[in-house]
Amino acid sequence: MKEQPVALPGEPKVDLEQARGHGLAPDEYAKIEKLLGRTPTFTELGVFSVMWSEHCSYKSSRLHLKKLPSKSPLVVQGPGENAGAIDVGDGWAAVFKIESHNHPSFVEPYQGAATGVGGILRDIFTMGARPIANMDSLKFGSFDHPRTRYLLGGVVGGIGGYGNCVGVPTVAGEVMFDPAYNGNILVNAFCLGLVRKDEMMSARARGPGNPVIYVGSATGRDGIHGASLLASAEFGKESDAKRPTVQVGDPFTEKLLIEACLEAGKTGAIVAIQDMGAAGLTSSSSEMAARGGLGIELDLDRIPLREAGLTPYEILLSESQERMLIVGERGREAELMAVFEKWDLHAVAIGTITEDRRWRARWHGQTVADIPVGALADEAPLYDRPAAPRKPLPTSHPPQDGRVKEGVTPSAGLRALLDSPNVASKKWVYRQYDSMVQSNTIEGPGGDAAVMRIKHSIRGIALKVDSNPRACALDPYLGAVATVCEAARNVACVGARPVGITNCLNYGNPERPEVMWDFVRGVEGLRDAANAFGAPVVSGNVSFYNETEGRGIMPTPTIAVLGSMADFSKHVGQFFRNPGDAIAILRTARPSLAASEYAATFGVDGGALSPIDLAKEAALVDALVGGVEDGLIQSAHDVSEGGLAVAIAEACFNPAGNFGAEIDSARLGGTDAAGLFGEGPSTVVLSLRDVDVARVEKLFAGRGFEFSVVGRVTREARLKVSSVFDEDVNELVRIYREAIPRRLKGGD
Amino acid sequence: MKWGVVRFPGSLDDGDAIWALADVMGQEAFILWHKEESIRGAECVLLPGGFSYGDYLRTGAIARFSPIMKSVAKFAADGGLVIGICNGFQILCEAHLLPGALTRNRTLSFICERVHVRVENASTPFTRAAHNGDVLRLPIKHGEGLYVAPEDELRQMEERGQVVLRYVDASGRESDDANLNGSTRAIAGVANERFNVFGLMPHPEHAVEPMLGGTDGLKIFQSIAQGPR
Repeated sequence: MKEQPVALPGEPKVDLEQARGHGLAPDEYAKIEKLLGRTPTFTELGVFSVMWSEHCSYKSSRLHLKKLPSKSPLVVQGPGENAGAIDVGDGWAAVFKIESHNHPSFVEPYQGAATGVGGILRDIFTMGARPIANMDSLKFGSFDHPRTRYLLGGVVGGIGGYGNCVGVPTVAGEVMFDPAYNGNILVNAFCLGLVRKDEMMSARARGPGNPVIYVGSATGRDGIHGASLLASAEFGKESDAKRPTVQVGDPFTEKLLIEACLEAGKTGAIVAIQDMGAAGLTSSSSEMAARGGLGIELDLDRIPLREAGLTPYEILLSESQERMLIVGERGREAELMAVFEKWDLHAVAIGTITEDRRWRARWHGQTVADIPVGALADEAPLYDRPAAPRKPLPTSHPPQDGRVKEGVTPSAGLRALLDSPNVASKKWVYRQYDSMVQSNTIEGPGGDAAVMRIKHSIRGIALKVDSNPRACALDPYLGAVATVCEAARNVACVGARPVGITNCLNYGNPERPEVMWDFVRGVEGLRDAANAFGAPVVSGNVSFYNETEGRGIMPTPTIAVLGSMADFSKHVGQFFRNPGDAIAILRTARPSLAASEYAATFGVDGGALSPIDLAKEAALVDALVGGVEDGLIQSAHDVSEGGLAVAIAEACFNPAGNFGAEIDSARLGGTDAAGLFGEGPSTVVLSLRDVDVARVEKLFAGRGFEFSVVGRVTREARLKVSSVFDEDVNELVRIYREAIPRRLKGGD
Repeated sequence: MKWGVVRFPGSLDDGDAIWALADVMGQEAFILWHKEESIRGAECVLLPGGFSYGDYLRTGAIARFSPIMKSVAKFAADGGLVIGICNGFQILCEAHLLPGALTRNRTLSFICERVHVRVENASTPFTRAAHNGDVLRLPIKHGEGLYVAPEDELRQMEERGQVVLRYVDASGRESDDANLNGSTRAIAGVANERFNVFGLMPHPEHAVEPMLGGTDGLKIFQSIAQGPR
């Protein structure tokens, strides 16, 4: 039945102006007319505008993302589905992905962050995997900025409010404060799920005649154009006016959806399933059909609505939360409906899979949209945007409060860094998250990486999310490489081998050549580092347009690394454990102050980044994991923000009782600011039993990185670096723990 | 002992309770669905943590009206053992099977942390494997765990020994810092007058394995497994 879609009474006229208002460029509009062979209806224009938005189509990034490695013997599912999956042994696949919810969180922090968590959870359980752990990477503006406290409180409250309520532990994360994010915070949410390898679900439609089933919350007017107008454009002065494009989350319904969808999956009657996320019903239906090379017909009169009077345009573009679209097996609808009824969820058949590769929507007896499926997905615009190198961006700021620039004593430097919100304990944040539910969390927040066990198995999974925007600001390529190395090192510190990567690439406006250059170089860095560790990139997300009034963020590729452990009981933590143990450092190069917290804190120029030797980095990670697996390492802690001095101090802060350390400064290879507080390339602080030192030395010899014993763990809680400083560890802990709570109380 | 763990929509620590009881302790434990009307021969009913029905109205306020709760109330009235953990405690208070109520933490935020509680009455069926004054290390994770009750009721509860657990520091001393949620009289767990219904905010089911925060929670379940007095 061929029938021309009709314009509905009272609908705005469709022309170039209307298309521009929808965020479509003139050549994009021309392409739509060509693909359809006619002028689109208003509804169709809306559909194209969301599907061809940067957020949904990756039109500026697709070309470059192809460079990323996505294969290894362990890859069960690469990019292209709701999430990627890696074999973690004993028949289990780890399904994981990270995604941004930056723009909504800046406009409405609690709901923006909450729905970010909700969205990433749905990407995981639609793969048939039970979500077992969440992480978040958060970037805020400076603590002095008037909005920062409000945004921090809202985002942390939203992540907790949603995550705690669905029974998925939040086990790790990172938080950074820098003036570069004053006008654009970043909220990147990660979820890990577990599924039997042979029980994975898909988002690929099959079987013409199969019913399309809608499950979950009713459709309302919220979130319309969240993907196109909110996520795919910069902020101006009127960002508050975009608040209605932010959705509102309902974690209780999400919890029911998790249980019901996993239970429904066990029936075998689900052919395909996808979350109605960005671009809602439109994207989920067209993407599932496109993956299967099929068509789909939707009956909009059957969509459950929150209020009467929604137009087809609104129904198709709504981003109301907690809604799933399922392609069921024909004849087995009743089995699926019974499961959803058990969980008191609304489920209704709203359409059919067709053979004709058209995406068709009917409403009130007429066709309101009729588009070739390929036009929405494969035919979306693809841009090779111009990229032009830029000068390094400033990563430190002249001190505003008269803090000394020169002549900082090592003791004052250490104390100032422990008091920096970027270095200090993030307990104020993570104690608002349930990190224990499901009884799998062996190492929770606060360590180098989280460690999850797999029940009924001795295998474990380590996970960590990292970013290093200051390094990326100096050099977008080296910064991205350093970020991957850091995340890989963090999972290695607990004893896990890096086996998979997911990324969230946060950048400014890609239409600016220097931003595009940052992005392209970032992807190349990610590619090279991922190859070096043999850890493929199996899923990810790009967030452009993180700009306000023309000022962009620092380039911020956020990298989550998944580590696999043969035996989780062998993991180690970051804290010293036994007085008398030797303290050693592993190092691939001399540290520098480039991109360091020290440089930012004291407003000094840290200079340029040192080159990174990826072969050495991979060797260090490999050797470290081997050492932990052989039981030769008592503790391992990665040197990051604050440098070596801070890392050794942190290793003393054992919650079971503080330790001290005696360090021979002569063995540090330099006790200037760079030696004590410099960051990167890689350094790891180890403690090991005296009897194991010779074996470890042998194990690490000839691997291309430095191994040196530099001191000893002491029972007395003092941190002594000979002729440099002698600090009371209990006092350092106090500074470290109080830094964020004190600022929130308004004490600074 | 046969344990029935109630699963409400929004229950979250139901699986953890089953894991602790069945997989770790080797007890017989099964799920009781909230729409069921029978407790199917359970000798102890456990109401788990979570956000039953989303807790959008008031924690535990809707769950108390579910079909299974009628049977739980009857079971309790007949002297059966009932334990409510976190949201389960909130539900038992809402159902008036336990005195008092749980309100917003004084921090006005969710708190997830390992705390210490002191056993104030080791003669109950829920604590008899411990001794008076024993300090247990258990996690709390809740936003609404500040226990309140009218002053004269609290006095009577103390006299009767119904205050079973109290927040203390690691050495067993009461202190304001150790009472994270700000509960009245640092109360962490209470029993009814007959001592067959017990509610506590800390999660014993999350303290049953050395690698996951210690094994002090076993004390509670081992006590119950000895059966009613």
